[in-house]
Amino acid sequence: MALLEVSNLDVRFALRQGEVRALRDVSFTLDRGERLGIVGESGAGKSVAAFTLLNLIAKPGYIADGSIRFEGNDLARMSARELRRVRGNRISMIFQDPMMTLNPVLSIGEQMVESLKAHRRISTREARAIALHKLKQVYIPSPETRLDQYPHELSGGMRQRIIIAIALLLDPDIIVADEPTTALDVTIQAEIMTLLRELCEKHNVGLVLITHDLGVVSQMTQRTLVMYAGRVIEQGPTREIINDAQHPYTQGLLNALPQMTTPGSRLNQIPGSMPSLANTPSGCAFHPRCQYRYDASGEPRRDCLEEVPEFVTSGNCDVACHMVRDMLAKEAS
Amino acid sequence: MIAFLIKRLMHAFVVMFVISVISFAIQSNLGDPIQQMVGQSVPESQRAELREELGLNDSFLVQYGRFATNALQGDFGYSYFFNEPTTEVIQRHLPATLELVIAATLIIVVFSVPIGVYCAIRPRSALSRFFMSVSIIGISIPVFLTAIMLIQLFAIGVDFSPFPAETGWGQWLNGLLSTEGGMPSYGRGNDLTHLFGTWDSNFFSLDGLTYLVLPAVSLASIMLPLFIRLIRAEMLEVLQSEYVKFATAKGISLKRIYFVHALKNTMLPVITVGGVQLGTMVAYTILTETVFQWPGMGLMFLEAIQRSDIPLIVTYLMIVGLIFVVTNTLVDLIYGLVNPTVKLTGKPA
Amino acid sequence: MTTTTATTPSRWKRFRNSYLVYSFKRDWIAQFCLAIFLCILLGAVCAPWLAPMDPYDLTQINILNSELPPIWIDGADALFPLGTDAQGRDLLSTILYGARVSLIIGFGAVMLQALIGVTVGLLAGYLGGRIDAFLMRLADIQLSFSTLMVAIIVGALFKAVFGGAVYSDYAVWLLVLIIGLAEWPQYARTVRASVLAERSKEYVDAARVMGYRDRRIMFRHILPNTLSPIFVISTVQIANAIISEAALSFLGLGMPETQPSLGSLIKSGFDYLQSGSWWITLIPGAVLVVLVLVVNLLGDWLRDVMNPRLYKG
Repeated sequence: MALLEVSNLDVRFALRQGEVRALRDVSFTLDRGERLGIVGESGAGKSVAAFTLLNLIAKPGYIADGSIRFEGNDLARMSARELRRVRGNRISMIFQDPMMTLNPVLSIGEQMVESLKAHRRISTREARAIALHKLKQVYIPSPETRLDQYPHELSGGMRQRIIIAIALLLDPDIIVADEPTTALDVTIQAEIMTLLRELCEKHNVGLVLITHDLGVVSQMTQRTLVMYAGRVIEQGPTREIINDAQHPYTQGLLNALPQMTTPGSRLNQIPGSMPSLANTPSGCAFHPRCQYRYDASGEPRRDCLEEVPEFVTSGNCDVACHMVRDMLAKEAS
Repeated sequence: MIAFLIKRLMHAFVVMFVISVISFAIQSNLGDPIQQMVGQSVPESQRAELREELGLNDSFLVQYGRFATNALQGDFGYSYFFNEPTTEVIQRHLPATLELVIAATLIIVVFSVPIGVYCAIRPRSALSRFFMSVSIIGISIPVFLTAIMLIQLFAIGVDFSPFPAETGWGQWLNGLLSTEGGMPSYGRGNDLTHLFGTWDSNFFSLDGLTYLVLPAVSLASIMLPLFIRLIRAEMLEVLQSEYVKFATAKGISLKRIYFVHALKNTMLPVITVGGVQLGTMVAYTILTETVFQWPGMGLMFLEAIQRSDIPLIVTYLMIVGLIFVVTNTLVDLIYGLVNPTVKLTGKPA
Repeated sequence: MTTTTATTPSRWKRFRNSYLVYSFKRDWIAQFCLAIFLCILLGAVCAPWLAPMDPYDLTQINILNSELPPIWIDGADALFPLGTDAQGRDLLSTILYGARVSLIIGFGAVMLQALIGVTVGLLAGYLGGRIDAFLMRLADIQLSFSTLMVAIIVGALFKAVFGGAVYSDYAVWLLVLIIGLAEWPQYARTVRASVLAERSKEYVDAARVMGYRDRRIMFRHILPNTLSPIFVISTVQIANAIISEAALSFLGLGMPETQPSLGSLIKSGFDYLQSGSWWITLIPGAVLVVLVLVVNLLGDWLRDVMNPRLYKG
């Protein structure tokens, strides 16, 4: 049994204008020590997925259906008290913007110690010792003085290191990192990613990395999940997805990478933009932007327009695309 | 810290300077000391002499210099009406006002924080809705009207009996709609405890407290709902913040999230607004003291206006200005101590 | 990004389809408040035609009718549905006329505040530097003295300068002036805050690059974008101005009893509270509270709907 098993997750936001479905039928698993990337454009539901993993979806959002089994226990149905025991302790999280994540009026030490004290019966002194140890692990210069400093005295990169240290404080099984470097300078981004990867490998911690950057995913993760308009559309080993993406959307994303473009020419962009979650197109949500939406005679394909594609297996990947399904069927026959 | 203090003190000094110039301008343009000193019968030649003697023909700057020097030594001149130094008149009236302000502040602090926090934590509960509805009605009733209504309800009493009183129920309902009355609503009462100097206190006897209740509640009546709404709004915003979400993700207890993470950040803007509102509170003391004939500075000021007692008006302005400046400086200082992002330079990072 | 299509709908149509109207239609409290406010406004505007008698006309007043209770209490006279005050004036009429005076001062004062405050805020926010620092310092100082305090002091000074009789004659204009002068910092700070936010946006840079003059940028480009916060605080400020006027009148620094506002009605009635004639003070008081409450509730609703950046503190 996998460490984390997400199945048929359905998350909705009950807004005044009506219900918005942020996640639809999302399923995936994570083994101990495994690193998984969740990729997609903004608005694909990646961040919602990250927050849902800790059942941190706040009103008006709610988990409408599905389960998040961690060691067999369903986080979606846990009491607040049981949830609190998992959060920060077994599964911890790294947020997007380190400038906003730390409480401005509490010292770094306070924010680390409280985390430890919430889960272990230890004295403040022991807690500070552990905190210091973790600060050293994330290569914070002069860690002793940092404990009594306040967030505003530190740079963004430094703060994100501290947040990583906080995430590691209780030696969790899984870290969920929601675009941990988007708010940072480009030069620091790589440093933080390398650090994160190194620490996960060293302590055998599972990682769920949310990002829009396929390049990052290829360096950081073993498996990848591509999301579009609240659904998973392709998942499989990262290497296979990078080298041989099946879904037209994933192909588009890969082609859009600057590395894939001849210098001096325009970047290859996917035409159109991500639909809003409030009104996703019928059938395959990607069809209005998909170059394969016409059949051989040039007519729009009815299945793309009307049916939500089922997953088909191609190699080690699962792909939800009518075109891929047809191709596989043709190959088989 | 020192630099911060010096900066604040400089600022306070500038404000006091402006106030003193305004006060002096009022004094020299509106008050005619000759008139007050000698009356109508004295001939014009003698008046001119006196004028020269008192230095009233000197230049504005010289006269201001004299005014400022005297003021710094605590000499603001004589009240026309009381015929004694204005500072002494103020000293006599100051404690009553301070007690009123202290009592009202206590009421505000004790009720606004828990209610505001509750309304933010449980924004949809029936009790929160009730508090919010009452508070918007509260801020819509002017202070003097609250005072008048309290007098009607608790001092005069209401005899409202729309139900036939033959049955027990009718009587009970009538009793519910009517009030006894009998609470004191005029002055400070006689049972005051002498503390020191001119300070007699209402706080240390039951009788004194009953005199204090209605004025203090009136004075607090518009600020209390204001602060409840402010605390609720600030806390709601803080609860939406990323650092509160992160704290939740760390698995910290809700109690700690509400009262350590959220409350501390909520109180920062509340402290600032509190400093500003203190000025409003002093303005409201004039209204409250007028309704309850509370013998404080506010009532004294209003009477001074009616009597055109210019020196007393000017002294009141200077003293109230000083109180504002001192409290605002203190509030800034407290803010700086609570908020770690305000550092020695005095600039928020 | 939406591109403007060739056929832009008319202003009225756009207004009718706006979110403002949409949420107004769904919010019964807002509808109720607007209805009550319009009723009071209508009553005040039409006071000369609606009121049973003219409280300013001494020939209509009979002192023998003084302190008659409202119609639902024994001893009332059907001629005076809400009773009479201590001078024998019909309370309903004085309240209608009083609300008229209160609303005139309230709106007038807010227009003056807005004029001063928006100008100062625009200048401070757009020019920045020393002018900004000076103007905002001034606003800070004045705010720290509280607007009501400033109004009371200015009122007292005016009364001392002009003397009681002249003050009474021009009370309406003087009150507009006093409250207008006392409350401008609210506008100035709000407008400045939104100007600062707007100024950093690209369209302002673009306008400058295209060589527009500062004044044009300020009034044609920045000001329209600061309108929604101005609109929202205006409602609150009207409520505040009405309360301030009532407070000044209650202290004897406002409208004279011969030309009463709601505040001076409350004041004149207060002396008779102890003798049991509560209606002279509490009925105008209730009207004042209802008026201020509906304006406040409308302001709350507007703020929720328009959700502008307001200056806090």
